[in-house]
Order: sequence, then structure tokens, then C-alpha cells
Amino acid sequence: MDSLNTYLFVAAILFSLGLFGVITRRNGVAVLMGIELILNAANLNFLAFAKFGGMNISGHIFALFVIIMAAAEAAVALAIIINIYNNYKTINVDDVQELRQ
Amino acid sequence: MIVDAAFWFIVVLTLGSALTVVLNEKLIYSAIALLFTLFGMAALYVFLWADFLAGVQVVIYVGGILVLIIFGIMLTNRITSVNISHTSVQKGIGGMVVLGILFVLGVMILNTPWLQTEFVEPVQTTATIGTLLMMEYLLPFEVASLLLLAALMGAAMLSRRDE
Repeated sequence: MDSLNTYLFVAAILFSLGLFGVITRRNGVAVLMGIELILNAANLNFLAFAKFGGMNISGHIFALFVIIMAAAEAAVALAIIINIYNNYKTINVDDVQELRQ
Repeated sequence: MIVDAAFWFIVVLTLGSALTVVLNEKLIYSAIALLFTLFGMAALYVFLWADFLAGVQVVIYVGGILVLIIFGIMLTNRITSVNISHTSVQKGIGGMVVLGILFVLGVMILNTPWLQTEFVEPVQTTATIGTLLMMEYLLPFEVASLLLLAALMGAAMLSRRDE
């Protein structure tokens, strides 16, 4: 259980699921959830290498910055999605094609 | 033994609820499943001796980002419509592409000779992280605070209604 490959496989599966969500979901908020999964997979990799790969606490700090970035990204993305909803009355990302109306 | 069982339970919980996040038809169920995924990730961080990161994960992801996402769901749908559903498109092709990527990733993980060092349990993580943030990673730390400020102001400005 306690090996680098286990964690890398878990992260790879999580990344694939997140990617699947991003490319198949058409609701903007659901796409955002897929992105969160991908960022979490990246974090898991960082921490796995921190423990097994000699990255030590530096890996933790990288993961911390990823979390900070995810928070900023979520706030801005949701503001954009709400703006899109106010303008188009939908957040289906396929319906939002015009740059101006 | 019991630690092994707990580890695999958490892995299954995390990946299972991640599957629910991307497959469930109801958006709010996806958000609740995301809660379990994030908690599972925090537990996996504990297995990796990242206790501080596990706490940060719970506080920021579960307490912040997930609440934000649920707010987003509520604001972009009529509250009265109970069935906030959302469909997935082209699941077949998407699944095939993702399985291909997963296969490539798996082969890559198995065939790469990862640099593995003998690991020792860190004495104190939080204190070391604080010291490193103030010494070695001071510039990224300050840039991150600037990024957060800009993101918050930008989000507030974007979501304001024009008069």
C-alpha cells in the first residue's frame, strides 16, 4: 500500500476522471468541478513525491500554492459563469458562442 | 493491517465519489459527491504525512471552494426547479479518449525509474513550512497574496450588476 506507484495511480485515475468531466459536461459549474479534481490529482502527486521522492517539505509548499491558485481560480470562474448566466440565461458552454450580442 | 484497510477504504471512497461527480445527472448531487472526494483527499494527505496540508484542504476546499460552487449552482438555476439536472455529451468518445490517456499514464508510471529516497518522518511540518515560506519561498508567497487580492477584486467587479 505504501508505495509511490499506488499514489501515482490514484492521482492518474483522479486526473482522468476530472478530464472526463471537463470534456463531457456542458454545464459551466460542472466543468469547474472537473478542474478541481484535476488540481487535486496534481496535489496528490506533489505530496507523494514529497514523501517518497526526496522532495520533502518543498513539495508541501508547492501543494499549498496549488490550493491558493485553485481558490483564486474558483472565485474568478464562478464570477464569469454568473455573468454569462445574467447575459445568456444559460450556462451551457456550447450555447455561449457569441462574443457580443 | 488495519491501516491498510483504512487506506484502501479511503481510496475507494475518493475515487468512487469522484466518479459520481463526473457521472451523476443532478448537479447538486455532484457537488455533494465532491465533498466526499475532497475529504478523501485530505485523508490521503494524512497518509503522506502532510498534516498541515490536510487541514488546509478541509478549510479551503470544503469550507471555501465547495461552498462557492454550491452558491454558483444556486445562482445559475431557478431555486424552484428541484431537478437541477445537467447532461453529459459524447460520453462514449470522451470515455475512450480518457481511457487512452489513463493507459498511457499507467504505462508511464510503471516504466519510469522514479528517484526514490529513503523517507524519514518529518519532525514538524507546520513550523518548517512557515520557515520555508518566509525564507526560501518569500517571493512566490508575496506573488500569491497579490494574485489572491487581484482575483478577489476581479471577481467582485465581474459579478456586480451594472447600474
